[in-house]
Amino acid sequence: MNTITDSLEMLKLYLQQGFVIRALIVGLLVALCASLLGVILVLKRYSFIGDGLSHVAFGAMAAASVLQLANQNILILPVTVLTAVFLLTYSRKMKLNGDAAVAMVSVGALAIGYLLMNRFKTGPNVSGDVCSTLFGSTSILTLETSDVIFSLIMAVIVVVSFLLFYHKIFAVTFDEIFAESCGMKTRFLNLFIAAIIAVIVVMGMNLVGSLLISALIIFPALSGMRIIGNFKGVVIFSAVSSSFCAVMGVLLSILFGTPVGATIVAVDLGLFLICALLGVVLHRG
Amino acid sequence: MAYLTCKDLNIGYEGTPVAEGLSFSVSAGECLVVLGENGAGKSTLVRTLLRLIRPLSGEMLTGDDLGKNEIGYLPQQTEFQRDFPASVEEIVLSGTLPKHPFSPFYGKEQRQTAKANMMLMNVYDMRKKSFRNLSGGQKQRVLLARALCATERLLLLDEPVSGLDPKVTAEFYQLTSDLVKNGIAVIMVSHDLHSALEIATHVLHIGSRKQLFYGTREEYLASGLGKTFEEGGASE
Ligand SMILES: Nc1ncnc2c1ncn2[C@@H]1O[C@H](COP(=O)(O)OP(=O)(O)OP(=O)(O)O)[C@@H](O)[C@H]1O
Ligand SMILES: [Mg+2]
Repeated sequence: MNTITDSLEMLKLYLQQGFVIRALIVGLLVALCASLLGVILVLKRYSFIGDGLSHVAFGAMAAASVLQLANQNILILPVTVLTAVFLLTYSRKMKLNGDAAVAMVSVGALAIGYLLMNRFKTGPNVSGDVCSTLFGSTSILTLETSDVIFSLIMAVIVVVSFLLFYHKIFAVTFDEIFAESCGMKTRFLNLFIAAIIAVIVVMGMNLVGSLLISALIIFPALSGMRIIGNFKGVVIFSAVSSSFCAVMGVLLSILFGTPVGATIVAVDLGLFLICALLGVVLHRG
Repeated sequence: MAYLTCKDLNIGYEGTPVAEGLSFSVSAGECLVVLGENGAGKSTLVRTLLRLIRPLSGEMLTGDDLGKNEIGYLPQQTEFQRDFPASVEEIVLSGTLPKHPFSPFYGKEQRQTAKANMMLMNVYDMRKKSFRNLSGGQKQRVLLARALCATERLLLLDEPVSGLDPKVTAEFYQLTSDLVKNGIAVIMVSHDLHSALEIATHVLHIGSRKQLFYGTREEYLASGLGKTFEEGGASE
């Protein structure tokens, strides 16, 4: 009993801290954006793209630190966006299997990134650096106000364009050939989705690290699909549950001193298991 | 004038022809059944007519003010759609998008079109149901309703009855032939010669890289080609 009241007291204290509030806001926004895009990617059978892109972003980051760029995003963002465009639109034309292409790019970038970091030591503790980029650092707890503003702008762009293109996104995701056959600009829409997913991956890297970002992308959609049978329902469920899990994850990690990224993903996983169970029950009933 | 006229059309991929010399046309109230053995190029023809790939040479003309992309497509059932969470209503409504490309939300007119076509295809009562839980025949009717939302003039059906049992197949053909009687033009790819011929008004038979036959159903039956196809088909 005592520990619970203690924890609540501690939580109250933490919630008065600016850095906690900032972490909560950024975590929620990134999770929200990732879940919206996740619905599309899971249904288009591109679940692994988040994984692949985050490794590419990791590689680009390693290159950026070797080049000693002041603002690493100058390199990371364009490289990741271009990879996303390649994976989502051109790999199929080049007769590369979608998942094989993603896997290839993913491990390739990971290896090169690690090689670069190792060969051109940038800090005293290379494996520590690598570990924190892979699994997320505590940097979510050291966010600046500018980070909050950046993710706020990003989230507004993602949510507004998702709403504006909602029906077209549905059409292209459900049946791309039909959409194309009646003259919809599916190329444009795919490029757009690719660009946004890349930006979200780069944003999410700070939060949960590059190994776990795909969890933010796929879990909410997979959970929703277990229990809901229409697209709108799955989208709404994913957005709400993903935001909730992110907030829970950040709070729990502060309370128990666990790594932020892994905690958020664990909460997402828990929700998925509940939904999977519910899905089985609903199908029986 | 015909909705769609093809003259000496050569189709294929990257310069390699699959079938050559296709000449045929489809007008309102006609049902053109496309026959051919495996690999004859039926799906390639479908992709060409949908303008997903370009013909290698030849002409493809639309008439009667039919828009370039005004073609209602019913795809072959794919694995991909199996676990997709979408309600019947969401799917049928998406068929109205091409006619209203710039509005982000569905207008009243679009909702009415969708409703009318769901009624016509007898799926209105299940509009809130999830597509993935429907039977094969119900799914095809939903996709046909979606195709009808895209156009009331020219439909392109790619092996619409494959995997359906005989009773459901007969129902589906009945629906299709009613549409044809109401003046819609239908192009239908089929393996199933017998029942497809019942609703066909015209036949296009593709084989060994070229057009073997194009003409009315009666001419086709008289030509005896149907028999050879059946024998070829039986040995598949
Ligand atoms: N994307 C492609 N690129 C190159 N060649 C292709 C492609 N798709 C099909 N082909 C070839 O074109 C030929 C015709 O194939 P198509 O799928 O049009 O036949 P089909 O008549 O639909 O056969 P089925 O009855 O088996 O569906 C085949 O020899 C096939 O190998
Ligand atoms: Mg085929």
